Amino acid sequence: MNHITKASWVLISIAGLLLASPALRAEGEDETAWNSTLKEKLFAGRTIEEDQQTIEITAPYRAEDPGLVPLQITSRFPQTAEHYIKNITVVIDNNPVPFSASFDFTPESGKAEIATRMRFNAYTYVRAIAETSDGRLHMAKAFVKASGGCSAPVGTDLEAARARMGKMKFKLDGDKASLNQPNPVQLLISHPNITGMQMDQISRIVLPAHYVTEVKVTFEGKPVLTAKTDIAISADPNFRFYFVPSKAGELKSEIKDNLGNNYSASQTITP
Amino acid sequence: MKPNQPRLRLTASALLLCLAIASHAETISIQEVAPGVYVHQGVHQLPDEHNRGEIANIGFIVGERCVAVIDSGGSPEQGLALKHQIGAVTHTPICYVINTHVHPDHIYGNLAFKAAGVSFIGHHKLGQAMALRAPFYREKARSELGFTLSAEHFVPPDQPVKDTLDLDLGGRTLRLTAHPTAHTDNDLSILDTQTGTLWLGDLLFMGHIPVVDGSLNGWLQEIGKLRSVQADRVIPGHGPVVAAWPLALTGEENYLKQLQTEIRSAIQSGKTIEQAMEEIGQSTRPDWRLFDDFHKRNIATAFAELEWEDD
Repeated sequence: MNHITKASWVLISIAGLLLASPALRAEGEDETAWNSTLKEKLFAGRTIEEDQQTIEITAPYRAEDPGLVPLQITSRFPQTAEHYIKNITVVIDNNPVPFSASFDFTPESGKAEIATRMRFNAYTYVRAIAETSDGRLHMAKAFVKASGGCSAPVGTDLEAARARMGKMKFKLDGDKASLNQPNPVQLLISHPNITGMQMDQISRIVLPAHYVTEVKVTFEGKPVLTAKTDIAISADPNFRFYFVPSKAGELKSEIKDNLGNNYSASQTITP
Repeated sequence: MKPNQPRLRLTASALLLCLAIASHAETISIQEVAPGVYVHQGVHQLPDEHNRGEIANIGFIVGERCVAVIDSGGSPEQGLALKHQIGAVTHTPICYVINTHVHPDHIYGNLAFKAAGVSFIGHHKLGQAMALRAPFYREKARSELGFTLSAEHFVPPDQPVKDTLDLDLGGRTLRLTAHPTAHTDNDLSILDTQTGTLWLGDLLFMGHIPVVDGSLNGWLQEIGKLRSVQADRVIPGHGPVVAAWPLALTGEENYLKQLQTEIRSAIQSGKTIEQAMEEIGQSTRPDWRLFDDFHKRNIATAFAELEWEDD
């Protein structure tokens, strides 16, 4: 999505917020945005199967904090060279930028599973669309009641967040990795991930959008997880996923943000 | 003329009744918790169209020369009602409006007090917090509270407090202290030195579950420091109009400490934020009103903070 498109989405959304009457902001589980535009915009002309055999999505029906909604997508089968999930795209229908993230997996991922924390700006469906190695698309969706997650004030300790920006750490279950099987790992990224929607009408303080756009995790140089991310990812982006080490080696994360900053961090993995 | 008298009396009493209703609508219940210290008690409810966000403890302190308003209310109307109530109590002019922090239930009455000679006082980060939150808060007021706010309703401090500030009301001095990030990043407390009354705003919740919108660690640190403040009584932002000091801190401190301990241990043992939100602190449920509305959110906020506390 280019910047002009993004800006217009933000504008449309703000106009929508201002104009929408309570009656229009129905609590019904509406899929208009997906069916009328998003599906075609993001997956032009392709068939998307809604089935239970590929992936499952877990999100709270009522979000406690719209700026930090835990979201988990799990695959129904292990990654093998013959049959695996290539990509999972996450779309939040009624967010100002519905495209939220896209995660590329490989057979070496072990399990195509991702957990992260996202912002929800309105009552909406969140959907995960998985592309399997045979090129087919499969979708799972969940409805989430939350509002204001994108326009909500940024974390109050913005100074601390900026001082720590770009810092990353991996967390594994225990000290040792298990060889030749999927190991869960968590990547914590310190970044304020500002949406650009926290506008100011009084003192003209402007917080321009500043968020992580790319996350690339490799083990010994081979891709484990590659993600494109947008403003729906919560401050201090956090990803849980799997990787399969066949020997000791280096787990490395490289990220980019929309202002062109690059950061990297790595951790030695020992069996 | 005789036949007219009953009618006249009826009209007069109807008129009195109307006046009574009108004046009732324009004032607000208050209690004098120490000489010259008046508090209106809020309610333990989520802000909505029925209570119009008028849920916090708000009030004022009267000196010989000046009145200081402390938190202006959860709606523009509540600000007006508080102003009228002050007029019913004293003819001393209002010189100061002090906001304890940025949350809507404490600042939406500000505009009612805006006048020549009235100074607005708050934490040095309050102005920025108001500016950043105003668009979001205005939308929430429209959709959830049933009223519209203009930018003018967000009256930022013209006297920002960076550390402390002494305000002389005539015969009594208020000591204002700006705190590092705790409940929010713009908490300000007020000590009335004459009566030993400490007004904490939402640095102190009683009955209403504490809400973490700043820093869990920071809040616990501030509670530790506050304990040494010499005072006879305290006014919480939510809870009774007055309580014993420092005993009143116990419930909140225990809750926040339990969150801190259990979240640290969850992070240490590799639990996920989802697990933490389900499992932690459920034993404290009977202690608090609105537990289900804020507890899990507190965990999420604090978990995201504590993940980085060693860095």
